[in-house]
Amino acid sequence: MLRKKITSAYLKNILFKNLFKISSLTSIIILLSLLVFLLKESAPMISEVPFSDFFLSRNWNPDGWNGEFYGILNILYSTLYVSALTMLISIPIGIFAAIFISELSPPLLKTILKPLIELLAGIPSVVIGFFGIVFIGPLIAKLFHQYNILSALNGAFLLSIMVLPTIISLSDDAITAVSDDLRHASLALGANRLEMIFTIVLPAAKSGIIASIMLGFGRAIGETMAVLMACGNALRFTGNIFDPIRTITATIAIELGEVAYYSTHYHALFGIGLVLFILAFIINNIAEMFIKKGHKLKC
Amino acid sequence: MNKKVIVKGLVGLMVIGTCFAGTIQIKGSDTIVNLSQRLAEEYGKTNKSVEISVTGGGSGTGISALIDNKADIANSSRTIKDSEIQKGKKNGNDIKEFTIGIDALSIILNPKNKITSLTIEQIGKIFKGEIVNWKEVGGADMPINLYGRQSNSGTFAFFREHVLQGEYSDKMNSMNGNSQIVESVKKDISGIGYVGVGYVVDNGKPINSVKIINVAQKTGETAYSPVDAKNIYSGKYPIARGLQQYTNNKPTGQIKEFIEFELSSAGQSIVKDEGFYPIDGDYKKSNLQNLK
Repeated sequence: MLRKKITSAYLKNILFKNLFKISSLTSIIILLSLLVFLLKESAPMISEVPFSDFFLSRNWNPDGWNGEFYGILNILYSTLYVSALTMLISIPIGIFAAIFISELSPPLLKTILKPLIELLAGIPSVVIGFFGIVFIGPLIAKLFHQYNILSALNGAFLLSIMVLPTIISLSDDAITAVSDDLRHASLALGANRLEMIFTIVLPAAKSGIIASIMLGFGRAIGETMAVLMACGNALRFTGNIFDPIRTITATIAIELGEVAYYSTHYHALFGIGLVLFILAFIINNIAEMFIKKGHKLKC
Repeated sequence: MNKKVIVKGLVGLMVIGTCFAGTIQIKGSDTIVNLSQRLAEEYGKTNKSVEISVTGGGSGTGISALIDNKADIANSSRTIKDSEIQKGKKNGNDIKEFTIGIDALSIILNPKNKITSLTIEQIGKIFKGEIVNWKEVGGADMPINLYGRQSNSGTFAFFREHVLQGEYSDKMNSMNGNSQIVESVKKDISGIGYVGVGYVVDNGKPINSVKIINVAQKTGETAYSPVDAKNIYSGKYPIARGLQQYTNNKPTGQIKEFIEFELSSAGQSIVKDEGFYPIDGDYKKSNLQNLK
């Protein structure tokens, strides 16, 4: 009787251990097969588009009147530009909101605020994009006396809506995780609350906050629908936040539908997809690095 | 052995099932998508055995889908390219063309813009980025904002070939469809856009929220309006075009019946209802040839 029980518990143990193992392996397999797929589909491009025409040219126009052009510089720049703009908007708001939620708000307000902010992350991006076309875009145009509604700034505002939940939620976790001993010690030494937050708590939670920012940045770079709808998708090179721009994701979304399979254009689209993948991979790894660093500090 | 029989039976049933359900997949041009939808609805009222699904995505997308056998009918606001016909042949298909209506590509401005007519050359220069301020064509001193379509659009290709004869300005906004262009020009006093006439005519009348300008072939010639049928049939409006549908090989069965309905007087009155123009002589002839 006893033996039987042990064996069934033992079996269950093995079963679940393997189930978990398979689950975690699945995600690695999916990631690797994605990478292999991207590499395989973009590889023929190397022989068809010279390296310099891809990486050093600003002209992306696969269906051009004067020929086919596959320069990634403009759309890569625009992707980074709108993401950087997003971070400029969402880092201060995100960190201040996180400080308020974790340090200053009454407990009741916190229990309402945090789920609400996390709910923001669940809004479909197409809805946010629509919001940008009918509301934020016209508002920006009116406020800054611009004629056009679709702009980099419009896209950055929409991306901020999507990125903020990540930044706020993870930064709040990082700040909350800072030991109360530190807070009490600094208050006991005569610091006021603001001094405590800025000189003690924030530096202690630094790695978690930076990690949240990097994860948000990764999200901004990869987002498609909202920027596709809100940014106007002009292929130009611009530094003006009120000008329309086109990102890598929007380019793929627009062009993949019509592309002839296994043409140069098709391979080039996978090529820019690969560049995006590598970019997101690097950013996520940096975030991971900071998360690990944060764990070490706390131990 | 038994299992095999069962599997074969199941597969057979599924094949028969899909045949009976009778679905027609129509895909392509955004300019034609509303018209196509209406035609499908009206046809469905009397032919309940067939289900027609209509999706947009752009002319290029539709033709690609037809070539890959993912659609039965491709809607296209540009004529098919030679390279696309060749690709169809490679897949063993002889692509046939039907013109189901005529569109007058309309140039639209914000109602606050004073300008009422432009020449083809001026419009071309504006969209090429050679004219960048409205004062250069007799308007107010403000920069011109361009609203065009994305590269998978037939209208994008048609306009480039027949008006620009060159490359679009890289400052042009690439919009996802005709109605997005109308919406943007409505809000942007410096905007200019091009859309199918069906998108600026509602219940037989031109809409007020944007201004539809007259277009002249050359400087000094009379400019004509796209919302007057006379100008289209006489050929005086310079940027009129056929709205095409393409099928793999000569259509048969339900697809043929549906196309016949579109070309019938009942179908053509829907075309007129949607703001486009019914087909005339030459188109009718070539349609018949491809149908029989």
